[in-house]
Amino acid sequence: MNRLFIVFGLLLALAGCASNVKLDEAPVEDKSGSAPQQASAPAAPATSAVTTIRANNLPTMDPGPTGVSKVIYFDYDSFVIKAESQSVIEAHARYLRADKNRRVAIEGHADERGGREYNLALGQKRSESVRKALGLLGVADSQLEAVSFGKEKPSDPGHDEAAWAKNRRAEIAYR
Amino acid sequence: MRLSGLFLLPVLALWMGMGAAQAQFRVDVSGVGLTQVPIALSPFRGEDASPQRIASIVQADLERSGMFRALAAGQSLDENARPDMSAMRQRGADALLTGSVTRLADGRFDVRFRLWDVVKGQDLGGASYAVVTGDLRLASHRIADYVYETLTGDKGVFSTRIAYVTKQGGRYNLWIADADGENAQSALTSPEPIISPSWSPMGNQLAYVSFESRKPVVYVHDVSAGKRRVVANFKGSNSAPAWSPDGKFLAVTLSRDGGSQIYVIPSEGGEVRRLTQSNSIDTEPAFAPDGSGIYFVSDRAGSPQIYRTPVMGGPVQRVTFQGSYNISPSISPDGRWMAYIARNGGQYRLHLMDLKSDKIQAVTDTSADERPSFAPNSRLLVYATQIQGREALMTTTLDGRITARLAGQAGDIREPHWGPFFKP
Repeated sequence: MNRLFIVFGLLLALAGCASNVKLDEAPVEDKSGSAPQQASAPAAPATSAVTTIRANNLPTMDPGPTGVSKVIYFDYDSFVIKAESQSVIEAHARYLRADKNRRVAIEGHADERGGREYNLALGQKRSESVRKALGLLGVADSQLEAVSFGKEKPSDPGHDEAAWAKNRRAEIAYR
Repeated sequence: MRLSGLFLLPVLALWMGMGAAQAQFRVDVSGVGLTQVPIALSPFRGEDASPQRIASIVQADLERSGMFRALAAGQSLDENARPDMSAMRQRGADALLTGSVTRLADGRFDVRFRLWDVVKGQDLGGASYAVVTGDLRLASHRIADYVYETLTGDKGVFSTRIAYVTKQGGRYNLWIADADGENAQSALTSPEPIISPSWSPMGNQLAYVSFESRKPVVYVHDVSAGKRRVVANFKGSNSAPAWSPDGKFLAVTLSRDGGSQIYVIPSEGGEVRRLTQSNSIDTEPAFAPDGSGIYFVSDRAGSPQIYRTPVMGGPVQRVTFQGSYNISPSISPDGRWMAYIARNGGQYRLHLMDLKSDKIQAVTDTSADERPSFAPNSRLLVYATQIQGREALMTTTLDGRITARLAGQAGDIREPHWGPFFKP
């Protein structure tokens, strides 16, 4: 009898997961009461099984020019570089022009209000206005990449205007 | 077939939760005049010895749909029992679900059920699923789908899956869970943000945006194999992937030519075609279910509004006109509705537009809703919102009357996307 059970079990396994079986066929029950796990064939992966990927690798950062801020702040719904940020942009432009091998990513950010993708596009507008300003100061386009983190990486976790003002920014990251 | 004796529910808010399986669930029912099928559920014979309580899972599914009111059958009946119909009628039931779960010699479980029309005393059929332990919940959801489909005439969505993202302790996880939020399995874990997961039409792949290389890059990920490929990693930002209904193309937002613009890429790789040409933000593409057009968000008129363009290019039509902030369009698979987020007086709320009449309605009264997507039967929506300062996921009926908070993870839960029908 045991052999018959195994054959029937294999047939069920071949029929695949969640296959329809007629209700008038009696299920072959495991009544052995001992170590059913050992007796069974290795379980097939569940139909709903998911395999995990771990992402860890991050590019290393160059520290960039010393004593120069790497953050440029923006007003609400604005992409215009304020006069107060002009000297910061000029310092980075000098540093980049001095060595054509230096590369930066300009990372645009938005405050937390609204959708993630729309904020990604708003952050992109901020990073691109910094990229254009650096380009006007003679930095080669090949040294610059404007990207956006949208609202994903606030520098201030608060939920008020003071926090939002710190989060509407572009960061210059040397790579 | 449809059951006749529908029940009128005169209840404003109702806590429906019985047993540990759905203890995480809060199903809120509001509004009067709701018609629900009263269904008696018998505990499945043998489920005490099974790792999952089949009847409880089926019950939670049916209640969350808003179409059913669950009653206790009062006794344990399996699929071979001849139930006493008059006793069931006395309990107020129109339908009855019976069944059993048996451990097979090979370690799998045989799950069987039978559905009864109590009013007519008629057998409405049943089925049997032989599954491994990890698929017991899936088998339960398929039973709920059978009940839903038989009694309402619409396809059930309980055996579908939802993808979402959690952020906890500085780590981001992309999860794939059953449509009830349970059975969550991690597809990707990363120290950098993950946004915008989007199921392929076949339900075997997810496109998403990962920032793991410190910039937004679009991947397509085979979820069961755990393999993925980069589909858009151009200079600048790559984001907002949306599948064409045939799965052959992805619409994405790229900034490679300056500004955020929409492009179409073959999903297996190939030449990129630029779809929109503007000096403004164009993003969040969503294909119409017939594949003919793409809805998207643009601030070309000064504020973000939803537009539609033919997929091969052509005249762009504006779709939303009310208010100054309309984003995140999602089109129902039946093509009738557009769900989106509208800002009104600083409140970001899930809205629904009837695409035939252009009539709009707010679905929720919350203030930080994001990213709606439709269940594949077009009857339910999942969206992200904030509850007591935490990010949470909700499902709702289109009229907003029945909402349920999705079970699941600690930490902030966001970026849901409802997958297609289960394909065996």
